[in-house]
Amino acid sequence: MRDASPAKTYALHVGVIALLFVLNFILPDYHQGLFARIMALAVFATGYNLLFGYVGLLSLGHAMFFSAGLYGAGLTVYHLGWGVPEAFVAGVACGALLALVIGLLALRTSGVAFMIVTMMFAQVFYLLILYFAAWTGGDQGLVIQQASRVISIGGASLDLTNPAVRYMSALALFSVVLLVTLAVVRSRFGRVLVAIRENEERTKMLGYDTVANKLAAVVTSGAICAASGAAYALLFGYIGSSFASVQYSILPLLWVLLGGAATTLGPLVGTLFMYYVTDITSGFTSAYLLIVGVALILLVLFAPKGILGSIRQRWLGWLP
Amino acid sequence: MHFGPHLLLAALEGLVTSAVLALTALGLSLVFGVMRIVNVAHGEFFMLGAVLAWAVSTAISGHPAIGFVAALVIAPLLVGLVAFLAEWLVLRRLSYNPESTIVATIGMLYIIQQLALTFYGPEARPVEPPFSYRILLPWFGYSGYKLSVVAASALLLVLTWLVLTRTKIGMIMRATQYDRETAQAFGIPVERVYAGVFAIGAMLAAIAAVLIVPISQAHYLMGQDPLLLSFIVVIIGGLGSLRGTVVAAVLIGLSDGIISVFFSPTLAKIIATLVVAMVLVFRPQGLFGSAQR
Repeated sequence: MRDASPAKTYALHVGVIALLFVLNFILPDYHQGLFARIMALAVFATGYNLLFGYVGLLSLGHAMFFSAGLYGAGLTVYHLGWGVPEAFVAGVACGALLALVIGLLALRTSGVAFMIVTMMFAQVFYLLILYFAAWTGGDQGLVIQQASRVISIGGASLDLTNPAVRYMSALALFSVVLLVTLAVVRSRFGRVLVAIRENEERTKMLGYDTVANKLAAVVTSGAICAASGAAYALLFGYIGSSFASVQYSILPLLWVLLGGAATTLGPLVGTLFMYYVTDITSGFTSAYLLIVGVALILLVLFAPKGILGSIRQRWLGWLP
Repeated sequence: MHFGPHLLLAALEGLVTSAVLALTALGLSLVFGVMRIVNVAHGEFFMLGAVLAWAVSTAISGHPAIGFVAALVIAPLLVGLVAFLAEWLVLRRLSYNPESTIVATIGMLYIIQQLALTFYGPEARPVEPPFSYRILLPWFGYSGYKLSVVAASALLLVLTWLVLTRTKIGMIMRATQYDRETAQAFGIPVERVYAGVFAIGAMLAAIAAVLIVPISQAHYLMGQDPLLLSFIVVIIGGLGSLRGTVVAAVLIGLSDGIISVFFSPTLAKIIATLVVAMVLVFRPQGLFGSAQR
């Protein structure tokens, strides 16, 4: 943004993707699996960042979009025996539709009311999953069998349970979402979103339909989060109600705050950092939530701009 | 049991829920009204009150009433101290920005919950009631302690109302709520008022928890439901309105008691949450509140 040199920006993003590609061949098995998970969840954080970072709408209910994708994909595979690609599309469609409905309702409010309303809708979604435990598996969850997680195109088949295939699939999804987000935030639409964040009244006065733009942002964000959920269900083969709980609405907020809100690469940095912090500290203590809590407080107190946000402010003004 | 007595029992249970809920929600409402921040950690202050009540009452030997009274005094004071420190160390430095404070109180929620799990453990533990007198009704006997909880809560609510409307402290709090900057210009130490209000709000939740802990046990996750219900009460009652909060608490408590006797509790929660979300979307000032200035 601002007057960035596009070449530098694109080089940086392609470089990050290339680095992640190379890491597949270098990383030991354990870390390869962890990275696949991190990339799938970084998509979730990227979707959250679009709404929180660029439009300035703080939602406390994004777990419902993630789990709409998770269940949209997982249940169609589990109950209807759909193939992987159809199930993925179904998951994303569920998330986008849910985001449209929630957006139409929740965007009537703003500020603190928006946070509470989104949190309550997410709570309803969570309770519905528990209520229909006969189909969803409730808090026990469902395991998607290995045989249903194979894509067969023509004669070739891709087994998503194979670590390398799983890593590459997660990377492919992450790369697409990263580049799409980059394109969106550099577009006219993206600039309008930032304008809404900075001053909604003035943007309205300039003749932009702010409600329609915000709704489009909610739907895009919901669809990206649902894509992450759908990929998570298909790649790791487990769906459960804990993914719809409040905690999964807080985590993307934490990752984005940590990496840097309104930076394209921030969500990945935040997810990666937080995942490794908990992974390393879980060797000493099981008090995982304590770390999350302390991190949240320290972040809002001392680094409200996050890692990449601070770097952009100090040294690299061109960072997107 | 016939339908009539069954309904009466459900209503009595609902009344006990209402009494505790009114106190908890009043704390949340006070903090929101005066400081304009949403305290997501409010339910954890409730939990902390219950857990500390267990700790105090087991540390003191002798008649259960002694332990209970000690818990009723010590637990809220300790919770108030924790809240005061949290306000002083964190919220004040955020200049009470509504969004940052929500994130920060979410952090506090996780910290308090995890510490309770680490030091108190995952078990649910009971506290002995101070007396075990049963009131005999024609159809069933009912715990006298439960009815005394309702009385104690009503007393505290009246007391809070008197403090808010009849004393100088109450006037200072209302002045700060009405217009922070003008209050400061008149020499009111706004920061100290904020710290006090945040501590009092947490203490109200802690008192409610101490009152309820002889009926339902102390558990490290027990703060979740009161938080959600308090949100519901505060939103239905209109943010910052004392009368609305009490009316809404009785309404929600009774209907929660009666609905969950006849329907599945999960379904009751789904309906209640959805209705409240819709109220917030279509009538953000609440059912009893007036439009915001």
